[in-house]
Amino acid sequence: MKNVIFEIKENFKLANGVYKMLLSGDASDITAPGQFVNVRIDGLYLRRPVSVCDRDGDLLTLIYKVVGSGTEAMSKMKKGEKLDLLTGLGNGYGTGVSGDAPLLLGGGVGVPPLYLLAKTLIEEGKKVSVILGFNKKDEIFYENEFKDLGCFVTVTTVDGSYGRKGFVTDALPDNYSYYYACGPLPMLKAVYKACKTGGQLSFEERMGCGFGACMGCSCKTVTGYKRICKDGPVLYKEEILWEK
Amino acid sequence: MGKMSVSLCGIGLDNPVIPASGTFGYGLEFAEIYDINVLGTFSFKGTTKEPRFGNPTPRIAECASGMLNAVGLQNPGVHHVIERELPALKKVFHKKVMANVSGSCIEDYVYVSELLDREDQVGWLEINISCPNVKAGGMGFGTSCESAAAVTKAVKAAVKKPVIMKLSPNVTDIAAIAKACEDAGADGICVINTLLGMRIDLRTGRPVIANVTGGVSGPCVFPVALRAVYQVRAAVKIPVVGCGGVSSAADVLEMMYAGASAVEVGAANLTDPYACKKIIEDLPGVMYKYGIKNLSDINGSK
Ligand SMILES: Cc1cc2nc3c(=O)[nH]c(=O)nc-3n(C[C@H](O)[C@H](O)[C@H](O)COP(=O)(O)OP(=O)(O)OC[C@H]3O[C@@H](n4cnc5c(N)ncnc54)[C@H](O)[C@@H]3O)c2cc1C
Ligand SMILES: Cc1cc2nc3c(=O)[nH]c(=O)nc-3n(C[C@H](O)[C@H](O)[C@H](O)COP(=O)(O)O)c2cc1C
Ligand code: FES
Repeated sequence: MKNVIFEIKENFKLANGVYKMLLSGDASDITAPGQFVNVRIDGLYLRRPVSVCDRDGDLLTLIYKVVGSGTEAMSKMKKGEKLDLLTGLGNGYGTGVSGDAPLLLGGGVGVPPLYLLAKTLIEEGKKVSVILGFNKKDEIFYENEFKDLGCFVTVTTVDGSYGRKGFVTDALPDNYSYYYACGPLPMLKAVYKACKTGGQLSFEERMGCGFGACMGCSCKTVTGYKRICKDGPVLYKEEILWEK
Repeated sequence: MGKMSVSLCGIGLDNPVIPASGTFGYGLEFAEIYDINVLGTFSFKGTTKEPRFGNPTPRIAECASGMLNAVGLQNPGVHHVIERELPALKKVFHKKVMANVSGSCIEDYVYVSELLDREDQVGWLEINISCPNVKAGGMGFGTSCESAAAVTKAVKAAVKKPVIMKLSPNVTDIAAIAKACEDAGADGICVINTLLGMRIDLRTGRPVIANVTGGVSGPCVFPVALRAVYQVRAAVKIPVVGCGGVSSAADVLEMMYAGASAVEVGAANLTDPYACKKIIEDLPGVMYKYGIKNLSDINGSK
């Protein structure tokens, strides 16, 4: 973990209610896809956890949806403004176990961390398929970015306004070696049920600190209690106990 | 003796800054990012006889200038703390630590206190009779003079080290409870634990926290905590540890003027992991600004 002040390079609307922020600063503590940063926002007491979408040297990309006062304030920030982040939080996805044809499943703002994951898997020489699930057409983002990486991309929308109608689990391919998922809890549950290979799923929880100190984000797993912020947010399929 | 040094129940501290229980784990997360030996000491996570998972999530909510938590005393149990956490801490922290103890009956408080009292690394026992987030025990013991005195007496009879009773602000007369603890043999009083509160998520119309209520802490409770320190100081002769909403070196001085011998910092560690280190670094400058030569000279503390 590092506390670093980043400078905003770009901050713009990517889709309905969804923004992309490009930041520059010391991102050296970000060592695995699926990790997150905790964002300090003036006037708000707790930091806001946001997944690392991409990291390239000193450049960091975040993609976030405006849901409340914190993300709303972020959406109004301008180029040149400074942002105080705790970086390198969480375990991130393990790519060693993926086999040669992993499947990535993302729902809504669960999509962003899959980008750095896809990039990493492709660099490792793997053939990556991605299913991106959204509610409707105007919420879709990053379809082309994943294609440009060389992924095989399928988009689903719940209302059928673009791509395949339905949920990510309605578009599962016949063959894949492993899966990685990030998205809302109902999606994670559906994926867990539908996918039969090994897999890793990324979870959200309300956080006090984001670095393992407060026990605010604990969950029960097969291997004991885990803190989503430090021992997660990524859990291996075999560890998960569904409680909620 | 340095100009920031103070004494707490007969044990010297290099400075009065103490991370508060529940916001500093067993020290290791922070030892990864700074040398925690700069601290006066720290109070480790509330420890019980058996391991506890605590309450369901969400356990955390936000409010203006503060936060709510309903962790519910998640901890690995006293045996694990002695076998695993303390040896790991020993490698990175060379001072006496404050052991925060919780229980759901008097026997449990005594059991845990007795075991921790025997540990070399433990300097003080801080007895939490003020956790608002557990059903049995916790705050139940801290809201009447009789039960607070009963816990104090039982623990004091079982241990040799100084016993600091940590009290709840969710009472009508905190000074009376502090006095009852002093009369029962307590060596110090820590005020305050969190204030009981709640938040509702307007998107669902339901409480944010699964446990419905949680304990409020952070800068929003500072005036309440300061008042409690002042009232308790006036009622007892034993040292008072001030806690609640402290987030700057100036807050530390205010607490000491109100009567605190040492000062705990809680929620601030969560939003800024370097908070205590910065407060300690800022203290000399702020002392200079207000013409304070030695912290131990401040009138409020005895
Ligand atoms: C590990 C992790 C990674 C995340 N990555 C992303 C991402 O890449 N893009 C994105 O858009 N969102 C992401 N989120 C969700 C994001 O943290 C919340 O949407 C955000 O905190 C909402 O803040 P707010 O002030 O706008 O909303 P408010 O509802 O006003 O926030 C109030 C409080 O609730 C917390 N909170 C609200 N919703 C969530 C949530 N879903 N998860 C955790 N805490 C929440 C806030 O942090 C804050 O403390 C992630 C969450 C976690 C835990
Ligand atoms: C997440 C969290 C967990 C806590 N756990 C404990 C605990 O285990 N034992 C205890 O005595 N106090 C506990 N507290 C209370 C704090 O030690 C402190 O008394 C309170 O938060 C007020 O200080 P603050 O405003 O500086 O946070 C906890 C507080 C927080 C925020
Ligand atoms: S948010 Fe504090 S331990 Fe996870």
